[in-house]
Formats: sequence, C-alpha cells, structure tokens
Amino acid sequence: MKIMPCPLNGPRNIREFVYGGELKSMPDIACCSDKEWADYVFHSENRAGVVTEWWMHSASAYWFLVERNTVTDEILRTFDPGEIFSLPKLSATGE
Amino acid sequence: MPFELLKFGLPKKFNYERHADFPVPGKLKNTYDVVIVGGGGHGVATAYYLAKYHGITNVAILEKSYLGGGNTARNTAVIRSNYLTPEGVDFYMQSVELFKGLSNEFDFNIMYSERGQLTLAHTDSAIRAFRQRAEVNKHFGGRTELICPDDIRALVPGLNMNPANMPVLAGLWHKDGATARHDAVAWGYARGAVQRGVELHQLTEVTDVLVNNGRVEGVQTNRGRINSRCVIQAVAGHSSLLASMAGFTLPIVSYPLQAMVTQPVKPFLDPLVSSSALHCYVQQTSRGEIVLGGGSDPYPLYNTRSTLELKESLVAHAIDMFPFLANLRLMRQWAGITDMTPDYSPIMGLSPVEGYYLDAGWGTWGFKATPICGKTMAELVASGGKVPALIAPFSLQRFDHFAQVNEMGATAASH
Repeated sequence: MKIMPCPLNGPRNIREFVYGGELKSMPDIACCSDKEWADYVFHSENRAGVVTEWWMHSASAYWFLVERNTVTDEILRTFDPGEIFSLPKLSATGE
Repeated sequence: MPFELLKFGLPKKFNYERHADFPVPGKLKNTYDVVIVGGGGHGVATAYYLAKYHGITNVAILEKSYLGGGNTARNTAVIRSNYLTPEGVDFYMQSVELFKGLSNEFDFNIMYSERGQLTLAHTDSAIRAFRQRAEVNKHFGGRTELICPDDIRALVPGLNMNPANMPVLAGLWHKDGATARHDAVAWGYARGAVQRGVELHQLTEVTDVLVNNGRVEGVQTNRGRINSRCVIQAVAGHSSLLASMAGFTLPIVSYPLQAMVTQPVKPFLDPLVSSSALHCYVQQTSRGEIVLGGGSDPYPLYNTRSTLELKESLVAHAIDMFPFLANLRLMRQWAGITDMTPDYSPIMGLSPVEGYYLDAGWGTWGFKATPICGKTMAELVASGGKVPALIAPFSLQRFDHFAQVNEMGATAASH
C-alpha cells in the first residue's frame, strides 16, 4: 500500500486519491486564442523527474498540490494550494 | 563421437558461412538522409519501408539500448482492428492485412496466429458501444459481430460466465483478432532494413535534437553529432522527453501498464479474451503461457517497476474470468511506459519543427499498428512531408482545432 500524506486528512492509502494533472497556469479565457486554450487543455510537459501536480482526496473532495518524482515514484512534499494561490479566506464565524 | 563431427573439428580452418543478421555497422557517419530515433518496431519498420519502397537507404536507426528492447518487447502482442472511429478502423485494418503477409515477406517466422478476439460486455451500455463498433467494422470489411452468451460458452469453454458477479451479457467477436511474436516482428523488419543498407546503431542515445530557425539540423548523441535534415522520433514511452529536446510539448501523459505471464500449460484457450468491466485481458501464447494484461496505473510514472495494487487486482480479475488459473504459477511480470493521448489515438506526421516527424502517442495500441505505421511514416518522409490521407486525422494539429479522434471506447481494457 502506497501512502499519500494529505495536508488535510493526514497519511492515507493512495487509492483514496485521484490524480488531477500537472500544475500549469491558465491563460485568460477572455482574451486567449483557441490555440493557447488548446495548449492549456491538452498539452503537458510530462517531465521525467520532479513535478508539481494536482491531486484530490476523493472522500473529502479536497484538492491539493504534490511534489512527486515521476522516475523514482517518491512523494516529496504535499501542500495546500493556499501556499501558491491567494484564496479569499473563509472565516469560521461567517463574517 | 561420430566421425563426421570429428572431421569438422580437426582442420584448423573450418569452412562455414559467415553470416550475421545484424552486422555491426561500425562508425557513425557525419550525415544521413534520414535519422530515426528509436530502434523499436515502429522505427525499424519505417526504415524497412523507406529502403524497400522508396529507395532511401542512407538511414541511421539510433537505439539507446538494444533492438526491440522497449515497448516492442513489453506489449502483450494483440493484433486487432475492432476500433470505434472510421479513421481508426480503416488504419488498423490495413495494419492487420500487412501483418498477415509479414512472415512470407521477411522469410522469417513472426508466428502470426489468427485466433479471434472476444471482448465481454457486462452492462447494457457496453452492448450499445459494441454494436456500434461491430457496424463500423463491418462497413470497412472487417469481421466483427455481436454474439450472445451461448456462443461465448461454445467459443471459450473455460470462461466463468459470471465473473465478479458481473454476468456476461454479450460479446464483441472479432474474427480478425490475432497474435504474433512481437520480438520477431522487430527482428524481421530490422533484418530487411539492414540487408538493404540501413545502419542500425544500438547503444546510441540521442541527447539533444539540433534545431535552427525552426528547422531540424541533426541530433547530438553519446557518440557524437549527426547531421540530418530529416529526423523521425519513434520512442514510445519517452515521446514527451524527446519532443522537449526539439523544443515543443505534446498532448501526452505517460503511465505504466503492467502485464504478467504464467507457467506454460496445454493449449486450452484459442481466442484472446478481454473484459471491458474487469480491466483484464487473457490470452494463451503459442508456447502455452497465459499472458495477463490490465489497465494502466492510476497516475503518471516513468518507472517500470510494477506495483502490488495493480498486480493484485489484475490477478484477481483473471481468476474471476478463468477460475482454474488460480492453480498456475506466475513466471514473470513487467511494466511498460505508455504515452497516453487525450483521445486514445496516436500522434503521427508533422511537428512544429520542419523536417522533424512524429510517431508518438502510441499508448496501449502501438504494437498492432507497427506495419502500417512504418509504411505511412516512410511515405510521409519520402514525399518530403506530404501527409498520407490514412494518417492525416492523427496529426498533432488536431488538438489545436479540437478535432480529436475519440477511440476511448475501443481499448480492450478501458484504461
């Protein structure tokens, strides 16, 4: 059993997770060309080595980022997307 | 000791015919008309047809390891043409036709054996998809039909008709389905190419693709630089890595695909049997071994170590289909790296770099396309970049126009 250390749920069986593609920046839908959009949708770098990619924990529908070595099959680091993206903070009190 | 044998042993000079199927080509030349990166089935087939039909023999095949040692040796040797799209069926059908004549053409036995391929449907939606595939196949002259459980029982007596509590409702019976010895296909093509003057350089790894002003000028290898204004990449499993050397990306993600083989037993299974719901296919080789293949790993890797999870599920499903397999021992297991495209069709033809041709994205359907792929790639190269109609739908540009060729429903085990 391979273990994925989930930033939200802790170490879990990797079968509970779904691979979501490599991290890439999305072009601006409003002004990008069809080709730029097609590149974003279909193309990937598909590197052999350390990559940063999206994963999701199926049961909790939690998306996060993983640094993984695609040659040695090692998970190097997992982290919340908040480290890269500035998301609007949800406050617990609903304020 | 028989006297005849002694007679041959005594003379100092033994008069025998010096012959090597693959003579060592010696030094790399500085320049070739065509450089083919990758000495697998596709690469050597392309060289073979270039030499045979187009008279182009100043060709170097560069292989980083040994002839046919990559995915050509790792596939499960299924030959079939029961695909879903007209483009796909047309293409693979011509491949099957070529396969049939290869042993004669090579004067070398590729052990082509037409067994028929049976895909099991366990759901109503699978039956609908199979009906569509059968009709598309018939339209192009293939022998594919939908058959009922009674027919399946008669065809495959050892099959459990209720595997994993998923009753077999119908089957897609593809009479043209076949198998062959995959190594022999590569050897036959390579021998034919080398006899016609093509150079096969093994242990020669391409480390960079030299591009100037959008035009390919050659490749850098571990044995020095080679100039060529025509380079073909045929490196299944590493397509994205080579393309990145040439300076562009591909719509490919690479996943391992695992397979295994049991000890040999008496012949009991004639057709190649696969189940669309169990992600498993089973066939018996001419040597009597049972080959088991399954779905791809759940996430991308460039690592051919097999994982316990996949092994477990594959064996479990194979035993569900043929319960007596539980008594057999496994001899070998392995994995190959499959270059999966978003639409499960290959990427063939022109690339963004002039003079640099693509033979990529062969996911889990590369071996069965070897002959037609070699033939059409040779046509493409010999004509200086005029794309043959048969492979035009598989261009890299199709993704820019959102004109994918969707073969997703046609993989034997849905990956």
